[in-house]
Amino acid sequence: MSWAPDPRMIPPAPTTTPAPPTLAPDPDPPPSDEMFLRPFMVTGGRTRPLHDGLRVETLLHAMPAALSAPLRFEARRIVELCQTPQAVADVAVALRQPLGVVRVLAADLVAEGHLRIEDQLGELPLALIERIRDRVSAL
Amino acid sequence: MSAHSDGAVLTPVAVKIVISGGFGVGKTTFVGAISEIEPLVTEAELTERSVGVDDTSSVRGKTTTTVALDFGRITLDDALLLYLFGTPGQDRFAFLWDDLVDGALGAIVLLDTRRLEDCFAAVDYFEDHDIPFLVGVNAFDQARRFDLGEVRDALGIDPRVPVIECDARRRESVKGVLMALTEEVLTQRLAKAHAGSAW
Repeated sequence: MSWAPDPRMIPPAPTTTPAPPTLAPDPDPPPSDEMFLRPFMVTGGRTRPLHDGLRVETLLHAMPAALSAPLRFEARRIVELCQTPQAVADVAVALRQPLGVVRVLAADLVAEGHLRIEDQLGELPLALIERIRDRVSAL
Repeated sequence: MSAHSDGAVLTPVAVKIVISGGFGVGKTTFVGAISEIEPLVTEAELTERSVGVDDTSSVRGKTTTTVALDFGRITLDDALLLYLFGTPGQDRFAFLWDDLVDGALGAIVLLDTRRLEDCFAAVDYFEDHDIPFLVGVNAFDQARRFDLGEVRDALGIDPRVPVIECDARRRESVKGVLMALTEEVLTQRLAKAHAGSAW
């Protein structure tokens, strides 16, 4: 199946065989001025979160005390934003960072006790699904 | 004592529905028709060989691919948020699907009758992963109307999978699709519960 490329997409860097790291003057410059840093720079190069179970819709609750913790810029923004619960994706939009970056940062904050997440519901309770249906119908 | 008899603390719950289908089928329009926000969110993935490298000095050598994802939010009540996520309509972003679909209430596969085959990958994925889904046949002005039975036959999907018409531009229509999906999820859950208690 051959899907047409999504025009919103940034053209991929060539990802065929392990190409030798010939990073000449960046062949694929960022499209705008909002991405001077390669995204995973802010995570110290890490791409996997410490804490599994952070989904794109997982709500992050910041502890009020976290506001006075000595946190780096992005982590501080997350803690400020999440004084009212925000989903990982909401935070990614606010920080203009990819989801994966926010996941790594949020996972660190969870591990450090600055953020709290609810336990994932394994299977959604029937009553909750009914509530979703009723609320959608009332929209 | 809480005023509520159930004593439930009002902790917000977030639930996710995945919107899938080929490129240009109307996922962005669908999400935009009902979402209270209009952002795109991005995801970036590094190539395999860079995973687990902790040394920032090596970051320059990593390859990132960025993809834009449709993303919408609907506040259903004080403590219930519904998130809509569009899956990227391309094979090479398949690695994102597991992450996006994990924990989803269900999925909506949008379909353009002029390009039926574009939704095959999505249908396969949700069938393989046992995710409740329905097929929404998006109304395009130029497309000739197909009988929904014909569409079902062409897709070769389980007869129990709902196939419904929709217009991704119209909020009421999108709402109807979301309701149909929740009904479908409920039906499946009740059927499962019934089967489990039969003996």
